[in-house]
Amino acid sequence: MACSDTTCKNTPNYQLCVSILSKDPQSTTGDIRILGLILVDAIKSKAEETVNLINELKKTNPELMSQLNHCSVLYYAVLEADIPEAIEALTKGGPKFAENGVADAVVEAQECEMGFNGSNSPLSGANKSVREISNVAREVIRMLL
Amino acid sequence: MAPNNSHSTPLLGERDIEENNSNVVQTNFFKPSKKSICILISLILAATLLVSFIYFSNNGGNTPIADQNNDDTPLCASLEKTTMVANKIVPPGVSEGVSAKSNAPLLMGVPSCIWTNKMLGWQRTSFHFQAPKNWINGPVLYKGYYHLFYQYNPKGAIWGNIVWGHAISKDLINWQHLPIAMDADQWYDINGVWTGSATILPDGQLVMLYTGSTNQSVQVQNLAFPADPNDPFLTNWVKYSGNPVLVPPPGIDDMDFRDPTTAWVTSEGKWRITIGSKINRTGLALVYDTLDFKNYELKSDVLHAVPGTGMWECVDFYPVSENHQNGLDTSENGPGVKHVMKVSLDDTRFDKYAIGTYNDANGTWIPDDYTIDVGIGLRYDYGIFYASKTFYDQEKQRRILWGWVKETDSEVADIFKGWASLMDIPRTIVLDRETGSNLVQWPVEEVEQLRKDEKVFKDVLVKPGSVVLLDISSATQLDIEAEFEIDNETLSRVEASDAPYSCSASGGAVLRGALGPFGLSVLSSKDHSEQTPVYFYITKATDGTFSTHFCSDQSRSSLANDVTKDIYGSTVPVLKGEKRTMRILVDHSIIESFAQRGRTCITSRVYPTKAIYEDAALFLFNNATNANIKASLKIWQMSSAQLHF
Repeated sequence: MACSDTTCKNTPNYQLCVSILSKDPQSTTGDIRILGLILVDAIKSKAEETVNLINELKKTNPELMSQLNHCSVLYYAVLEADIPEAIEALTKGGPKFAENGVADAVVEAQECEMGFNGSNSPLSGANKSVREISNVAREVIRMLL
Repeated sequence: MAPNNSHSTPLLGERDIEENNSNVVQTNFFKPSKKSICILISLILAATLLVSFIYFSNNGGNTPIADQNNDDTPLCASLEKTTMVANKIVPPGVSEGVSAKSNAPLLMGVPSCIWTNKMLGWQRTSFHFQAPKNWINGPVLYKGYYHLFYQYNPKGAIWGNIVWGHAISKDLINWQHLPIAMDADQWYDINGVWTGSATILPDGQLVMLYTGSTNQSVQVQNLAFPADPNDPFLTNWVKYSGNPVLVPPPGIDDMDFRDPTTAWVTSEGKWRITIGSKINRTGLALVYDTLDFKNYELKSDVLHAVPGTGMWECVDFYPVSENHQNGLDTSENGPGVKHVMKVSLDDTRFDKYAIGTYNDANGTWIPDDYTIDVGIGLRYDYGIFYASKTFYDQEKQRRILWGWVKETDSEVADIFKGWASLMDIPRTIVLDRETGSNLVQWPVEEVEQLRKDEKVFKDVLVKPGSVVLLDISSATQLDIEAEFEIDNETLSRVEASDAPYSCSASGGAVLRGALGPFGLSVLSSKDHSEQTPVYFYITKATDGTFSTHFCSDQSRSSLANDVTKDIYGSTVPVLKGEKRTMRILVDHSIIESFAQRGRTCITSRVYPTKAIYEDAALFLFNNATNANIKASLKIWQMSSAQLHF
């Protein structure tokens, strides 16, 4: 049993970790698996927001279409592969696969950002959020190994 | 066919290029000459972990996205028509997946949208075992057939119920796929039919113990039998009505109790198995005795435990001979027998082993050397190789090791490919009777049946800072045996240093030392912008002793960003009078490298974008500053194995 506060102290972003967990009443169960699932759900929400943002940007910024399409594919991988794999693995007891999933989410978000070659990425904030939440989730999940 | 390009620089990093331009271009003329689940006991299964993969349903089923695109169009660009609607992508309740990847790619300023169908199509291997799609796992010899049971997702798109896929072979190289052996269809395995091991009883009957993940995700051990013992294909299986036969004992977490071993016989005539677990951060192996595989007695002592190593998965435990090179049946014991313990570390995903002594009376094992105890010492393989298991091949009297080799590219590339992960080429595994302190692994002899078009290169002189193109017809499916010599005068003249060296942290193939690196650069583009050097690096300490490091440097293996580019390797014992030798199996995206006849092994995955098909080349290189290297090689093209689906 671990409380969110102690758990979050062992992650790269205490504030972010606590802010996500404190919104979910289930975090008080103290089950690290549950904390992991809450964090994975937060990655999922952020990734879904990002996909919606990408779709909006395709309308408003058609000149960025190729980069945006690239990001669509990458976030497809996050939502279709990384997140389901993390949820499955946390639920059924294979935490290292959950770690793999959230670690890959970081890779995909980085790839999306790099597609803009460092300039004027309209997705910087979203990509950064996905990376940060994923890195927090990764550390929490590692506590289950 | 002879002389080949020589270059004086390309292997080197930018920093090194200038300094090396002064080196003489080499003019070697060398002519390739063209010649033209166990015997009495145990067996099987490999095990391994469950991994699965994933593959996508977006196109309405089983067509990987990649199939829809032209060969040379970057896949991300060709997906413009794919509309992503967030709330539709993950249907609630059905999305399940497991894959195994924790990449930390080096990020460089390369355009990131790089993958094309042509590149991804090249990555599929030709003589390694792969499932048609998805993941695989581990093997048994029964009635003349090797059986490979692997973790498989029958539904393709989503990893839900892990079941046992099944393939058989007469030679461990060519495979015939069979129907699924066991489904996840009982409360005690509904969340997954995980790793198991087979034991063959004295009467020839085969029993299978496997881990099931229950409807509550509790890890339990279950028993299963072939429905028809006379069926050499072992097509149908029956689960025991009294399952589960073992549940986590008091003090063991519900999710820390998996991967039973093959059973061996005790001096009391009972069967004994071990199962990996942990308590807090201490990895340990529980021991059970049984007479009938249905009722078990938990021993009060654990087989072994090592603090700080975390969960032990896929524990393997077997005897090796100090006197001969044959493998031993799992129940062998007595004078001249050592016991190997292997654990797969959940924390690091390394397979680690130690050699030691087994005490039959109390069911415990101790390592020969506590400083290299299991979990903190030697690895089977210093690259990508996990969740391995051995089995005893009673027909050829050898012990065979299989490991699971995951992808190290990004998930998005795997989605396009539609497959992920494979098995290494099975290896015989024996005690190194020359050192007595390590095992040696060597690809099974059957792989040599795939060799063709042998080319021999004798005594090729490779001067400091040079690379030599080896003139072979193709460089993507190869078996390479190479030996390297440095003259004694050089070794004695070289200045000694006690500076530490490690493959992973000492700059890789571009860091030049007096006596290395030198070796082979595989899957290299002609311009060397992509290449994977496999090499030796020798250090000389101030006390005059030499150490040899064996490394594989993936840092420039691909121009793509989203792949792992680590440098792997370790030291390798080189005894007095021995040349430095390596063998490398190249099969598209997998490279398996063996130093000194298998004392140190490295498996790596690489995903080049240019060094593919006819544009892949093989080079000899010597990046040492101060030593001439003489190399002799035999290189074979490798035929593709038959995989019948």
